Amino acid sequence: MGKKILMCGNDACGEGAMLAGCTFYAGYPITPQNELTAYMARRMVDTGGTFIQAESELAAINMVLGASASGFRAMTSSSSPGISLKQEGISYMAGCELPGVIVNIQRGGPGLGNIAPAQGDYFQSVKGGGHGDYKVIVLAPASAQELLDHTSLAFDLSDKYRNPALILGDGLLGQMMEPVEIRTQSSGNNIHNKPWALTGCAGRKPNIIKSLFLGDGVLEAHNVKLQQKYNTIKAAEVRVEMINSKDSDIMVVAYGSVARISKAAVAKARAKGIKAGLIRPITLWPFPEKAISEIADKVKKFLVVEMSAGQMVEDVRLAICGKAKVSFYGRMGGGIPTEGEILAQIEKIV
Amino acid sequence: MKKNRIKVIPAKKGETNRVFARPATLRDIDNHYCAGCGHGIIHRLICEVIDELGIREKVIAIAPVGCAVIAYDYWDFDVTEAPHGRTPAVATGIKRTRPNNIVFTYQGDGDLAAIGTAETIHAANRGENITIIFVNNGVYGMTGGQMAPTTLAGQKTATTIYGRSLRREGYPIRMLEILAPLPGARYLERVSVHSAHETLRAKRAIMKAFKTQVDGKGFSMVEVLSMCPTYWGMSAIKAAERIRSDVATFYPLGVVKTY
Repeated sequence: MGKKILMCGNDACGEGAMLAGCTFYAGYPITPQNELTAYMARRMVDTGGTFIQAESELAAINMVLGASASGFRAMTSSSSPGISLKQEGISYMAGCELPGVIVNIQRGGPGLGNIAPAQGDYFQSVKGGGHGDYKVIVLAPASAQELLDHTSLAFDLSDKYRNPALILGDGLLGQMMEPVEIRTQSSGNNIHNKPWALTGCAGRKPNIIKSLFLGDGVLEAHNVKLQQKYNTIKAAEVRVEMINSKDSDIMVVAYGSVARISKAAVAKARAKGIKAGLIRPITLWPFPEKAISEIADKVKKFLVVEMSAGQMVEDVRLAICGKAKVSFYGRMGGGIPTEGEILAQIEKIV
Repeated sequence: MKKNRIKVIPAKKGETNRVFARPATLRDIDNHYCAGCGHGIIHRLICEVIDELGIREKVIAIAPVGCAVIAYDYWDFDVTEAPHGRTPAVATGIKRTRPNNIVFTYQGDGDLAAIGTAETIHAANRGENITIIFVNNGVYGMTGGQMAPTTLAGQKTATTIYGRSLRREGYPIRMLEILAPLPGARYLERVSVHSAHETLRAKRAIMKAFKTQVDGKGFSMVEVLSMCPTYWGMSAIKAAERIRSDVATFYPLGVVKTY
């Protein structure tokens, strides 16, 4: 095991990017992710990379688009309102098949909302977010360690599939300090694997990066190709953590920081003799629909807990497809479900 | 269409008697621009400059959203698209990661002076070592001739059908004069392509702008006044004459800032 350092989730996220060979970061201040921007400012300057405090989130994501088009690993981060602004660039990157990592340390909404933790951006993250038929790979870390690990992983997945990847955290994860092992399995950036990159056309035909396809049927063919890629990702990249999935009467489904709280609630339920378990989707897109569907063949009660009015619950219901009863408990606008609240829900439903 | 095209043979190496030919980096394809439009001339000037500087293999261009959205179909070097107005931000991301490449954007007045105003001003203010070719024809051509931020007072467009009212729509924007006080902006010149004489001057300005970047001097921008006969509702000849009589009166030609 490597050295462990006490660091906040936002800093861990930044270090995960550095370990993965990220050499370009552009961002714009917004709470509760400011530590990450400051961390990247220091690390990029120290390592000879590029840090730009952009004039807006729109500019930041498009600087990332440019750096990515050049063949470099690039990242931007923000929190909910700022992520809304980035959707234009994310849609273009998906259409242009450009990699790039976007971090959303979610806060309460809608509108300016507040700066407390929330999970109200689930739909925006996993259903597309911007215009057009596209998908973004979405990872949902549940600790500072996972913010580091998943950010590294996001770069590898993003490059592998030439598709933007998003880290969906929240203010709780971003601000919380935990011991973090500085480690990575990332292979780092490999420009030689990016023959499409804009380098200047020395010794080859010019490269064109675009999402505009005007010829008859050409854009449809491009979309078909994108959908095939998304199907490949769905088949290969689902990640999910299961606790007590073999012998439970009730399964809680939660992601991110709510999964941490739910884990404790499930343990308390077990101590009371209730056979409870936990499904924690790690990839929110692709969603672990097959794993959830299989459990629903045996377990007939599900409780979805979110810091939202109920967003992921829709995907759980689609996966279960009427095979089991799905209940929901959510808090909004910065409200955080407590262990006791989740336990009470489990006791009520089981 | 193809059979009616006039075939222009590019200059061959070692030929000395040829006085005019298609630049090597300008592709030999059908032109999609309207008759009398200035884009074709400006595309060509850029290619001539790139050829003469011998920088084709180092160039990375960013195409705009607007009439020139498919500029990459004409240019034989690396090009990326950018969301509308974000062009200088994309250029920033490329130039910062590839400082040895020559990075330029090609933008219209809607792209640069309306939706992308912030990106333009901040790229200049950071002193990004990039070149912007800003084509000002005073209308949104691709979407059907709506008012642009640069539309002159009284000018009729699809969205100012009685003419641009200064009271209702505000004043036309002179972008070079807005950028001039910024220390990061090093070379700013306004030119036009309405006559052969002005086109030659335009080429010299574009050459200087690219040299500014090659020499690492910082942000350079050339505003090119250009004709849009289609949405000005006049003949190509009258459109060229309008630049001399009206447009260049409000947007004076010449160097706004140099080093």
